[in-house]
Amino acid sequence: MTTLPAATDKKLGLVIDLDTCVGCHACAVNCKQWNSGGEMAPLTDQDPYGSEPSGVWFNRVHTYEVEAEDGGRTVHFPRSCLHCENAACVTVCPTGASYKRTEDGIVLIDEALCIGCKLCSWACPYGAREYDGHSGTMKKCTLCIDRIYNETLSEDERVPACVSTCPSSARHFGDLGDPTSKVSKLVEERGGYDLMPESNYRPTNKYLPPRPRNAVPRSGAPTELPPAPGSDQPFLGWLDRLLSR
Amino acid sequence: MYGSKQVSPSRPIELSTPVGDETKTTTCYMCACRCGIKVHLQDGQVRYIEGNRDHPVNRGVLCAKGAAGIMQHTSPARLRKPLKRVGPRGEGPFVEIEWEEALATATGWLQRIRSTDPRKLAFFTGRDQSQAMTGWWAREFGTPNYAAHGGFCSVNMAAGGFYSIGGSFWEFGEPDWEHAKYLLMLGVAEDHSSNPIKIGLGKLKGRGAKFVSVNPIRTGYSAIADEWVGIRPGTDGLWIMSLIHELLKAGAIDFDYLVRYTNAPWLVYHGGDEDGLFVRDAKGRPQAWDAKIGAIADALAPDITPSLTGEAKLADGRRAVPAFRLLAERFVDARYAPDAIAETTGVSAATTKRIAAELAHVAFSEAITLDVPWTDWAGRRHEKTVGRPISIHAMRGISAHSNGFHTCFAIHVLQMLLGAIDCPGGFRYRPPFPKAIPAGRPAGKFRDIAPGKALSGMPLGFPMGPEDLLVTPEGDAVRIDKAFSWEYPLAGHGLLHMVISNAYRGDPYPIDTLMMFMANMTWNSAMNTGGTVDMLTERDPATGEYKIPHIIYADAYLSEMVAYADLILPDTTYLERHDCISILDRPISEADAVQDAIRQPVVAPDRDVRPFQSVLLDLGARLGLPGMVTAEGTPRYADYADYIVNHERSPGIGLLMGWRGKGGASHISGAPNPEQLDRYIENGCFFRYKLPPEHQYFRMANKGYLEWATSVGFAPNPDQIILQIYSEPLQRFRLAASGIGPIQAPKAHRARIKTYFDPLPFWYPPFEEATVGKEFPFHAVTQRPMHMYQSWGSQNAWLRQITSSNQIYIHKDRAAELGIADNDWVWIISHHSRVKAQAALTSGQNADTVWTWNAIGKRRGAWRLDADAPESTRGFLLNHVISELLPDRGGYRYANADPVTGQAAWFDLRVRIEKAEPDDAQQTEPAMAELPSMPGMRAAPKILTYGQQFRDRRTKS
Repeated sequence: MTTLPAATDKKLGLVIDLDTCVGCHACAVNCKQWNSGGEMAPLTDQDPYGSEPSGVWFNRVHTYEVEAEDGGRTVHFPRSCLHCENAACVTVCPTGASYKRTEDGIVLIDEALCIGCKLCSWACPYGAREYDGHSGTMKKCTLCIDRIYNETLSEDERVPACVSTCPSSARHFGDLGDPTSKVSKLVEERGGYDLMPESNYRPTNKYLPPRPRNAVPRSGAPTELPPAPGSDQPFLGWLDRLLSR
Repeated sequence: MYGSKQVSPSRPIELSTPVGDETKTTTCYMCACRCGIKVHLQDGQVRYIEGNRDHPVNRGVLCAKGAAGIMQHTSPARLRKPLKRVGPRGEGPFVEIEWEEALATATGWLQRIRSTDPRKLAFFTGRDQSQAMTGWWAREFGTPNYAAHGGFCSVNMAAGGFYSIGGSFWEFGEPDWEHAKYLLMLGVAEDHSSNPIKIGLGKLKGRGAKFVSVNPIRTGYSAIADEWVGIRPGTDGLWIMSLIHELLKAGAIDFDYLVRYTNAPWLVYHGGDEDGLFVRDAKGRPQAWDAKIGAIADALAPDITPSLTGEAKLADGRRAVPAFRLLAERFVDARYAPDAIAETTGVSAATTKRIAAELAHVAFSEAITLDVPWTDWAGRRHEKTVGRPISIHAMRGISAHSNGFHTCFAIHVLQMLLGAIDCPGGFRYRPPFPKAIPAGRPAGKFRDIAPGKALSGMPLGFPMGPEDLLVTPEGDAVRIDKAFSWEYPLAGHGLLHMVISNAYRGDPYPIDTLMMFMANMTWNSAMNTGGTVDMLTERDPATGEYKIPHIIYADAYLSEMVAYADLILPDTTYLERHDCISILDRPISEADAVQDAIRQPVVAPDRDVRPFQSVLLDLGARLGLPGMVTAEGTPRYADYADYIVNHERSPGIGLLMGWRGKGGASHISGAPNPEQLDRYIENGCFFRYKLPPEHQYFRMANKGYLEWATSVGFAPNPDQIILQIYSEPLQRFRLAASGIGPIQAPKAHRARIKTYFDPLPFWYPPFEEATVGKEFPFHAVTQRPMHMYQSWGSQNAWLRQITSSNQIYIHKDRAAELGIADNDWVWIISHHSRVKAQAALTSGQNADTVWTWNAIGKRRGAWRLDADAPESTRGFLLNHVISELLPDRGGYRYANADPVTGQAAWFDLRVRIEKAEPDDAQQTEPAMAELPSMPGMRAAPKILTYGQQFRDRRTKS
């Protein structure tokens, strides 16, 4: 069993905007690509050209239909490790392989210590852990730790691959422990929320809810146009002002 | 209870490993978007592909396809060496041959054709991004039978736009993402312009603009729209016309915009031999009624006061009315009222009325003003640039119907009525657009085609009237696909979907060789897939030869088409080649900037493959084609890279705009510069010229812009480009079909032309719906998922983990009526055929529509997938049930296409759904036989650990 730090210096994490996520999987595949050659490489694919292709992905996008009185909506929901403050995946780890960093709160796996017992994946309520059957170890989102501190990259590139590539700006990265950070303000302004808060895992990552949809009239616009005065006249007789070319 | 406290990991984490040991820029080719990428290499292998932050198209972002490029580049489906068929077509076997044999064989076939009848070569390319070169090759060969995939993709959009506003959506124009306050998006699938649209939607929603998506299906972009309008397919045109009706009735029209920038005031003859044509003076200048002086005036003159109403009596006694009056009379009619169209479109009258009111409100009460002075065509300076912040964008959901041309035309008319074209917040042209309406005529007239002779111009273009058609003296089609014939007069992109069918039937004539590039014509690019395969394999009983005797095919991958070719020329992957994204082809400009780009090889091929464009130049030199040999008869170009740099279309105008002239000092035009590609590479493989602010809006009438455009060869002269609410070229065809004028339509086609060549937009039900009746109650359409591009996607080991089979999506209420549950096997039955698929139930779609993801289904044996891959067992292809021909009408079957442009009407499909009897197979049908493998191909690995090598290297070091 492994201990969590009492507190972390930072709470690095993601803020995911469900209002603009179009479900394009750009984040998922870019994550796969970066990490395939990265800190936890490889992200093995089994039967890649066969009947049951499956592989290790740190980030997956799900699409749901939500039925509601306003006509319902389709929601795209990217899912990855939430780097919980109260990370059960760490506390259940029998070897110390799973750990949460004191400096930034990132939850990582030390593969050298991982025995592949999968207790952590059972403990994670969000399904964020990925077992690599080829290496016999558990793998997971590192928040691109080999990007965010990477001094060989320019500063604006030091963000997780998923954030760097998101075409619709639906993903944001920063310190959620700092109330003045851009991500904290975004959460504040948009009513960002925790997934399953009742379970008390205290996830670091936050989701921004979709804005109201469907038949919300453009403010100030009438619900229909009134006919032009005199528009019952044939051949637009009412159009009597001089127009200049 | 916690035993061991983790203090630090057993080994330090390497936080600052360089991504690779080398980084090269190039252009993505995982779809048609052409984003800039940075390819990081480690020890010569691709470590990571990312969006290039400096690149104007994608600004650093990259979609799922682009991020999966490594798996495309290393795919086991890559062809490895030229191949020759030695068994029956479609069955194999094939043998590997050397390039010399392959090129000699092709040269032999092509030489004989060129010296006898060049039309007997049909050269069609699919998702070709080098049409400026491949079209030129066809021209030099002398065959008119050339086109790429535009005819089955979006020619309705291109033509609908070019004939009305001198521009179009997609590569030719874009929403003003920075300023639009209202975006109306119609029929936009999730693939086209994929990153720019997503970037734009992110911005637009972030600013609080309203985004309305009109689409039968609520996925992707529609899922994040502020309002989703689940319209019935093929009725968008009628709905747009209802919006026009509402705006006209309310007088919510930008009349000033109409008289300044459109032909709305131009007088149109009423009756007589020139009925419907514009009244012109002796110099051919259109005329208007000047309301102030009460007389006819030159409609092109500045400062007149043109009337949009009334009727003019001309000196010769004839009568004429302004074009606007004809438009207004048509659309104020009650048949276009929101209540009248509600049932047909599936959009409630209240919704239509409200959206019309919102459009008017945003256009006229929320107009925006930029502090940008500009000078109009007449030299009048405007201190501010004022715009109607309504952007409209539309794509294939509009295009792929037999009424798509007129629907697109109607959309542009709506934009013109709102004054929302090339203004702040509106639709904006991407230079070199706007262009004269329309630009360029097709070459390949009957007398222009002769043995050993090049064509006088490029084979594709846009006719202005019957005189521009490519027909024989008897009025029959000159081209194998019948483009520019009386059947499909404005077929500006050709009809790729009819080539095999026509050649097989010998209608209008048989051909000798079909040469194709990247066109998967025995699978997802064909209508009537099974029938197409039969056509390619059927022999002429008299000669024992195949009906299409020779097929040359170039592709990088083992697509479904490969087994049906006689000679296979293996292409490289996109990371192994030069390419140019030329302004002469499909530009990647943005509204603010002219842009082009190149691809450079970032890795060398590990197989005996060659870039197809270099092979074409080699073939051209062997054939002695005029532009491809020197005076001494030696090859003029060493390879495609040499061509990109040194070929000039006209003096100073070449494929690339950047760094021309001596020392690369000249941009857009200038002499070839031998160091041009180096300059591109230094600049991230793209060129960008940003227009000054005063040239960024109203470019159809912006003096400074038009003068500049003329100086760089984008425009023939700086004249104002007048937008067309009324299309005179269409009326010219109509007159020819009315038996008027020197060139008259053949009697058999007259009624059709008279109906569909209406100079104003109109709506008619899509042909299949109008023909097959209630027996087929559902529309059936497809779209591509954002993470797949055509058939290329499924070979990709990463992308196929996201989607490896497709279902038929049915609205849950309709499924309940039919007793169908999730995962049930159902038959999708059309008038043509049937296909078996698994059902998936949703609520986010128009209830009269069923749909599926396109091109996920694969034929067994193709793409190096296992025979039991879900793509072949459960994935299905809707194309099986789409006929390339319309049902027989009066003894003749027209193509399943738009009657104006020949655009393939994929989305006209009507089906019924029947629950399949339970059986053991649980597989899709028809199950076509497994395709043969090709010799020398690499085995597909059972486990993939790409990236382990980079970790091993780090561990060692």
